Amino acid sequence: MTGGAVVDRPATPAPAGSGAPPAPARASRRAQIEEAILPPIVALLIAAIVGDMLILSYGQSPGTVYRLLIDGTWGNAYGLGQVLYKATTLTFTGLAVAIGLRAGLFNIGAESQLAAGGFVAALAGILLPSGLPALLTLPLYILAAALGGGIVAGIPGALKARFGAHEVITTIMLNFIVLALLNYLIAVHFKVPDTLHTPDIHAGALPRLSAIAPAFHGSAANIVILLAALTAIAAWWFLFRTRAGFELRATGLQPLAAEYGGVHVGTVWWRAMALSGALAGLGGLNYVLGYKHYYEEGFAGGAGFLGIAVAIVGRSHPLGVALASLLFATMSQGGLAVNAIVPKQIVDVLQAVVIIAVAASVPEVRRLLRGRR
Amino acid sequence: MSAPSTPAPAIRLADVYKSFGAVQANRGASLEVRQGEIHALVGENGAGKSTLMRILSGMYGVDSGTIEVAGRDVTGWSTADAIEAGVGMVHQHFMLVPTLTVADNVVLGRELTKHGQLDRARAEHDVAALSRTTGLTVRAGQLVSDLSVGEAQRVEILKTLYRGARILILDEPTAVLSPPEIAELWQVLRQMRERGETIVLITHKLDEVMAISDTITVMRHGQTVGRLRTADTTPREIARAMVGREVQLAGEVGMSERAPRPVRPGDVATMALLDVRDLCVADERRATAVNGVSFSINAGEILGIAGVEGNGQTELLDALAGLRSAESGTIRLAGRDIAALSVRARGDAGLSHIPEDRHARGLVLDFPIADNLILGQQHRFTKAGALDRGRILENARQQIGAYDIRPADPLALARTLSGGNQQKIVIAREMGRAFQVMLAAQPTRGVDVGAIEFIHARLRQARDAGTAILLVSADLAEILALSDRVAVMYGGRIAVVLARADASPEVLGPYMTGAHDDAEHAA
Repeated sequence: MTGGAVVDRPATPAPAGSGAPPAPARASRRAQIEEAILPPIVALLIAAIVGDMLILSYGQSPGTVYRLLIDGTWGNAYGLGQVLYKATTLTFTGLAVAIGLRAGLFNIGAESQLAAGGFVAALAGILLPSGLPALLTLPLYILAAALGGGIVAGIPGALKARFGAHEVITTIMLNFIVLALLNYLIAVHFKVPDTLHTPDIHAGALPRLSAIAPAFHGSAANIVILLAALTAIAAWWFLFRTRAGFELRATGLQPLAAEYGGVHVGTVWWRAMALSGALAGLGGLNYVLGYKHYYEEGFAGGAGFLGIAVAIVGRSHPLGVALASLLFATMSQGGLAVNAIVPKQIVDVLQAVVIIAVAASVPEVRRLLRGRR
Repeated sequence: MSAPSTPAPAIRLADVYKSFGAVQANRGASLEVRQGEIHALVGENGAGKSTLMRILSGMYGVDSGTIEVAGRDVTGWSTADAIEAGVGMVHQHFMLVPTLTVADNVVLGRELTKHGQLDRARAEHDVAALSRTTGLTVRAGQLVSDLSVGEAQRVEILKTLYRGARILILDEPTAVLSPPEIAELWQVLRQMRERGETIVLITHKLDEVMAISDTITVMRHGQTVGRLRTADTTPREIARAMVGREVQLAGEVGMSERAPRPVRPGDVATMALLDVRDLCVADERRATAVNGVSFSINAGEILGIAGVEGNGQTELLDALAGLRSAESGTIRLAGRDIAALSVRARGDAGLSHIPEDRHARGLVLDFPIADNLILGQQHRFTKAGALDRGRILENARQQIGAYDIRPADPLALARTLSGGNQQKIVIAREMGRAFQVMLAAQPTRGVDVGAIEFIHARLRQARDAGTAILLVSADLAEILALSDRVAVMYGGRIAVVLARADASPEVLGPYMTGAHDDAEHAA
């Protein structure tokens, strides 16, 4: 058999339209999307069942409690505002963890990266002369917050790339170090006497949503939520439409194949960690620019850790992360709303059930779908 | 065992059918082994040998067919049943816990206890005793991580015997062994035969078959095509049965398929496109894996590297591709030293690489076909940092059409494709780029027969178009079918380079086992 007779050299263009028909392409696409979104939906159903049982064990009607939960969150402007505020921070930390996961890295340090981002932004705000317009200062704040979080996460990234130090260990340990360091800096150098926060930033504070729609009065929601939405879109574009994102995902799935494909895996690792930290750091703007206008000890309040859950439930996809952050924000705000008739810890349990169910159902659902094909 | 006039065979598999999805691994395979003999189960890669033996050891069920052990119908039994009945399989890839001792590994799953605690002293004692009686020399207290490959394999065999195996199945046991270790293994197997134990040896190496077996079953394309007595046959006859053509030993295949090309003066073929000098490469443990290798390949030439796996081929290829740094030596591509270049820069300089392990290196399994078709060339499908999805999909449609990749869906994940189609992605991508030199490692491993022919045709076509190809394959028949010159790698060195006309399994064999090396030194 002579090779030349089989088919044309691939270098010569194949006749137009001889490629794949579009129908199977759409089918495989749909299967992939199903596979991505089914686990969270199944997880929510499981959580709802567990929630029913818990509520019944307190002698309450699940219908009443869920209605109360919805009324207290999406049912009124204040509740919705609180949900949006919490979701904003969670979107940033969720994206941070998601970018890490896409690169094959488990960033447990979003908590301290978020705090560091907020701290550096507040510091920048203190150093800026007062009266500058927000349009001018906003890029500076973004840079400052990204730098704060990026440096904190870049250290474990570099340690991983250079020495193979496991990022889970180093980011956990850095949480303790960085949070303690920030506390020290606040307590000794930057606090307003008799408080645990810095002075107000001098310029560039961003308006709350209530300034635009007065119904939101009293809620912390502010226009940093737009930045969060833009960041999610940018993260999607980066991951799925840029060469750097292509190489990052290849590295996360199969480092050996990425290396074969001309990717320097160590470089991708430390850059992905730095980017992850920068995203978490941006979350600090929600508090510092949009809400309190200063850095306060403990403002992160677990939003960094919850970002891990948001990323996992959101399947490390920016759109999924945005939706999951709304879900978790609703649950944590809803816990306050139902506290009168059932303990708000019920909602913590539900959050945990969602996380466990998603983590457990991913391979199950996958096998299910494979079997069906 | 009571001895009737015609004792039941130790193993009898009849008319076994087994498929995995669309792949028919066994179709009417049969096997009969008498007690107390060493039986060789031979066939090319993908002939269905391992599947048949996994069925025998209870790992897989059958679609149809019967399995009898010592006259008892055991069709559809489990691995636990098989172990209980004294059937044990030693796999190609070791399954040992490196941080435990030899004795711990041997007794694992059947630990001895005293008052609820592990009785490690007795375990060590028992394992040492078993080691003495079987001739499988190991130190029971040694950590498995400190063992050589040959020792680790002895532990695997001990593990099986400790569980009471009377029928031992060995899956290509010599693939990773050095010649002296192979000799020791033969010794042990012969002793076991003396004690009346039954051994099935899966292999595709004819010299082993002749050296150790009593009887032979030949498989091809999932079927049993021959049953031979070793004493009455020749390697040539076995090879004919294995390959299934009116052979001609494997050595002559390919010569007949290709008219010799006249070398014209001023032909591109006179230029060395790949020139490697004194290359030394270390492996993960920093031991020298490639030791002063030199060769060159001209335009329009395929140099085949034969040799037992683990003699430095992997490290050599990694170093040439830029995946591993060389300790010393030069690598010239069309005259330019590329030894210090990155993987990407080598690709841009005209190097194409079909990696030996498509699952680990060659593909990102959870990427769609389209993305896998640009892996390594992603910078060529980028505009200002952004991927050009239109061109990526266009490229995918072209390649899928040209290489008949199925399903013909650019967005299907590589993971969902059959092995042959996965390999076609790799081949399409590496053939599709502009290159002067191609490294082709195990290009048809685990690929079905139709795809093998196709891939071979592509390699010949690339050669005829004036590129230089380095072919590394564990399959000697493949080497002989494609190569213009054949080199043998042994112990990290090039043992010999022969013109294709001078190469045959008989000639290459001694070089592959290092026997020739010793003879030369003695002379």
